[in-house]
Amino acid sequence: MNSLARRRYSKSAPVILVLALLMALTALGFAASASTAEASTTSASDIEEGEKLFAANCASCHGLDAQGTDGVAPSLVGVGAAAVDFQVGTGRMPMQQSGPQVQEKQVQFSQEEILQLAAFVASLGDGPAIPTPEMVDAALGNPAVGMEIFRTNCAMCHGSVGGGGALTQGKFAPNLWSTSPTHIYEAMLVGPQSMPVFNDANITPENKRNIIAYLEFQQDGSPGGLKLGTIGPVAEGFWGWLVGLGLIIASTIYVGARAS
Amino acid sequence: MSTDEKQHSPSEQHVDGEWVDPGVPYHRPRRSDSDPKAAKRAERQVAALFGVSILGTIATLVVYFTQNQTEDVESIRLVNVLLGISLCFAMLGIGIGAVHWARTLMRDHEMVEERHAMRTSDESREVAIQYLKDGAEDSGLTTNRRTLLKGSLITAVAIAPLAVLVPQIGNMGGDWNVAKFRHTMWAKGTRLARDPDGSLIKASDVTIGSVFHVIPDGLNELEHGKLEEKAKAIVLLIRLDPRDLNLQPGKEDWSFDGIIAYSKICTHVGCPVALYEQQTHHLLCPCHQSTFDVANGAKVVFGPAKRPLPQLPIAVDGEGYIVAQSDFHEPVGPSYWDRLKGGSSPAPSTEEGHA
Amino acid sequence: MGAKVNTAVAGTSNWVDERTTIGGFVKFFARKLFPDHWSFMLGEIALYSFLVLVITGIFLTAFFVPSMDIVHYEGEFATMHGVEMSKAFESTLVTSFQVPGGMLVRQMHHWSALLFTAAIVTHMARVFFTGAFRKPREINWLVGFTLMILSLAAGFTGYSLPDDVLSGNGLRIIDGVVKSIPLIGTYISYWLFGGEFPGEVLIPRMFTAHILLVPGLILGLIAVHLFLVFLHKHTQYPGGGRKDTNVVGLPLFPVYMAKAGGFFFVVFGVIALIAGLFTINPVWNYGPYDPSPVSAGTQPDWYILFIDGGLRLMPGWIGSFPMEWVIGGYTLPLNILIPAVILPGLFFTFLAVYPWLEALATGDRGERHVLDRPRNVPVRTGIGVGLISFYVVLVIEGSNDIVALLFHLSLNDITLLNRVLIFALPILSFLITRRICYGLQRKDRELVLHGHETGRIVRHEHGEYIEVHEPLSEQEVWLRVQHGDIAPLEIEPEFNHRGVRRKGYRFDRFRRRLSRFYYEQRIQPVTPEEYEAAKHAHH
Repeated sequence: MNSLARRRYSKSAPVILVLALLMALTALGFAASASTAEASTTSASDIEEGEKLFAANCASCHGLDAQGTDGVAPSLVGVGAAAVDFQVGTGRMPMQQSGPQVQEKQVQFSQEEILQLAAFVASLGDGPAIPTPEMVDAALGNPAVGMEIFRTNCAMCHGSVGGGGALTQGKFAPNLWSTSPTHIYEAMLVGPQSMPVFNDANITPENKRNIIAYLEFQQDGSPGGLKLGTIGPVAEGFWGWLVGLGLIIASTIYVGARAS
Repeated sequence: MSTDEKQHSPSEQHVDGEWVDPGVPYHRPRRSDSDPKAAKRAERQVAALFGVSILGTIATLVVYFTQNQTEDVESIRLVNVLLGISLCFAMLGIGIGAVHWARTLMRDHEMVEERHAMRTSDESREVAIQYLKDGAEDSGLTTNRRTLLKGSLITAVAIAPLAVLVPQIGNMGGDWNVAKFRHTMWAKGTRLARDPDGSLIKASDVTIGSVFHVIPDGLNELEHGKLEEKAKAIVLLIRLDPRDLNLQPGKEDWSFDGIIAYSKICTHVGCPVALYEQQTHHLLCPCHQSTFDVANGAKVVFGPAKRPLPQLPIAVDGEGYIVAQSDFHEPVGPSYWDRLKGGSSPAPSTEEGHA
Repeated sequence: MGAKVNTAVAGTSNWVDERTTIGGFVKFFARKLFPDHWSFMLGEIALYSFLVLVITGIFLTAFFVPSMDIVHYEGEFATMHGVEMSKAFESTLVTSFQVPGGMLVRQMHHWSALLFTAAIVTHMARVFFTGAFRKPREINWLVGFTLMILSLAAGFTGYSLPDDVLSGNGLRIIDGVVKSIPLIGTYISYWLFGGEFPGEVLIPRMFTAHILLVPGLILGLIAVHLFLVFLHKHTQYPGGGRKDTNVVGLPLFPVYMAKAGGFFFVVFGVIALIAGLFTINPVWNYGPYDPSPVSAGTQPDWYILFIDGGLRLMPGWIGSFPMEWVIGGYTLPLNILIPAVILPGLFFTFLAVYPWLEALATGDRGERHVLDRPRNVPVRTGIGVGLISFYVVLVIEGSNDIVALLFHLSLNDITLLNRVLIFALPILSFLITRRICYGLQRKDRELVLHGHETGRIVRHEHGEYIEVHEPLSEQEVWLRVQHGDIAPLEIEPEFNHRGVRRKGYRFDRFRRRLSRFYYEQRIQPVTPEEYEAAKHAHH
């Protein structure tokens, strides 16, 4: 048996295989990092790839020319790369079915593909661009200023610390705590679905970064202890009755009961 | 239940067709009543619980003196947790210790005490009534009816509080000028500015789908009454596609190019109506869910409000800034008794509320 | 040493007694008996949480500045640094962030307030369902009712003190409600705020109300409340040996001093634990009050939620019929007056006068010290559950956007459903509860007549299988038969012997109708005859 195996396979085969695997992985790694590092530069090939992806995944609702279909999907001419990066990057697009509230779900494309789609859509008409890492760096923002802007423009829908809030007819403004700074920036710029458009004349790029800094600060949690979902007095009242009064009434039963 | 000793034989549970009270149930002794070792153990447990409290108090003081609280989230939270837990032990130790003592060692054999009726006995009542009669006689009022005396006494005492209450209440109302509710800071030519920083807004800034939160230019520079003016003057500036906008009769020139401005103060009870749904063009107030349709004169489509949001007439000035054409044409905010009285045209001058 | 202590105690007692007659006081109070049941401690929870409020409140007054003057925050907290705010808000931040233990005490104070109001409501429900408001305790019911109203005032003024956006919007809503009052609304608003909203005097005024006027009234009424409990002696649950003419229990000294005194520390400890672990009212996230911002999830503290729910529930238009009327040029906002003024007024008035309403139906003149088992008073229990369900619908409507967010529902649908439930649920729950009470009473009859099911099956010689039932002990029987039967009131005939209609007939007829509503449908407890008959049937 052993002699049979030895004749068929060379001893160095495993080593060569492992090396080949390593090289392939490295190449992939480079390719991946290359695409994010060169996010701002789009080549003609990106636009071409994007068009193919678009035709395969988006055209059924948005039309092959992205002009939109009445009552189903809006035109994407002029929405810009930022809109595509946001919608596809958070998994909202492709939508499962048409409606006023798009659910965030599993992202269906790689970041490289998303950028290609974005490049294609951006080529159809001028629109907001994807922000650079410096534009969304929380460390460069002022959380106090960010809070002032946030509470005037954002808290009424998203809650005072971005925990989310209800809109009419079952729509809602989502929780922001696991949304990336880039996507937060893009959402403000683009105004997806029910969200209004906060162009750079309304909330300046610096203030957008300040808002990101404010939301980042909230990741530290609350100085008072557990947050109870940041829902506010309703949660406080609920837990006060359930845990507070519940614990104390349990202790009254202990106090009033006869000892054995 | 089966441990209850029957104090009567079953045939005595009822007598003459009436149920008989079986009396206080049999008292079961506790372990600590019958077993001296159990009693000693209970005593030690109570002492241990009090000991826990002592440790808790010491812990609280140690935390207080050793923890250097800095003004950041983690530090505040840490001190809060440590103090809370140690204070809890300090208190619960005494509480549970005392209760455990009462439950295991103190008397638990119930006692019976008779109640007396609340009603005073007839004898005492008679004495009391006699005292009252004696007193009335001593007051000198029983010889004749002395209605003048009684009447003047009652009148004097009844109105005397007014001497205190009227100045008290009257002074708390400031200048009592409720007409101020009618007018806001907006006037002809007042420019629209961003809330909260006060920078001016150009028409070209407002793209379709935008909502700007607006204050009047000059509000931030007020030395007095800034919040009071802001509470009446906040405005939402929205741009819709003009094809979607149904201009209301008589207000066709109050907006332009789909750019339209409404008061932000809910006509229900006054919260800021701040949620704008871009796709439905609905404004939702988060307090009681009044919903206003921006495309149709901000009329109410759901919720407890009855009146549409007042519209601010706007235009563009020579430099491209958005300006108000006048004050609102009706009082903003919640309804009140005479809001429709006293004229609905805006105040001609800008003297009220300006620095 | 013991002897020395004894003479020291004796000497002091003598000194005090010679100046105060304190001996009589000790004689009256020391061995007062209190029946032992956990549900009698609900009022104590309220009392002790009030004590915690006072203790933590005194701490807070050392740091809080009740002023609306504008400052800029100089502390290091990242989101508040440099922000413009009132001194009230600033001092709240200083207390929470810079004073060690300040955050804990502030949170203890607020959690305690939620507990205080919750305990009052629970205690009130216990008193209601067991009929402890009957003679001679009607006055105490009114005192307790007033305490409940005062607790709402204390809470509302308290959480509005930090001058933040959340409570400030609550004040704005109150201003809107006040303005809606006909004729004088605008004047009341102007008076409250010393001018236009928000004004500069509101925080100082609420501070005075919150630390002096309201707690003063509460303390005074608590004293009256407790004095009446001592005077009337506590009520007791039915059972062997318990009559309307006695009280069975354990003495104040030492048992209740230990239990009740210890319980105070338990409440204190639980509040400290909760405050150490859970954030409450994080005003730094809401920001200092400004009339422009508002956040999703704008609700008052739970005990005011029923008003907010009423305001959300009421439609501004019913179809094309407006709920704000203009009469002769004057505006009458019924969409605000009905849910915020009229309905709460009716609800609370009904609660306040309930003892007299029920007394009308019963014609009962005697003192009642033995409590009712709720099942034995089905109409009262049903009314209580109906009132609670009405209140709960309002509380849920007040949280409708939170419910919509958490359960992925439409808040419009929730409101529409609640508009139906607010009428249907109280009626339904009244009927269902009453039914359940009848069922429980029938179960009690079954138990008395036939005993407990033991699960043991026995086969007779002639083939019949029966389940062995164990007869009830005499204590258990007594518990189920002691309440006696209450028949509806009979009234004198309409016409007297001369054929003239009696003067008080109309009112008496109303009384009889009310009494029939309460007592016509009833399950009578087992009579001794029935009991004997059942016993013979078993043998």
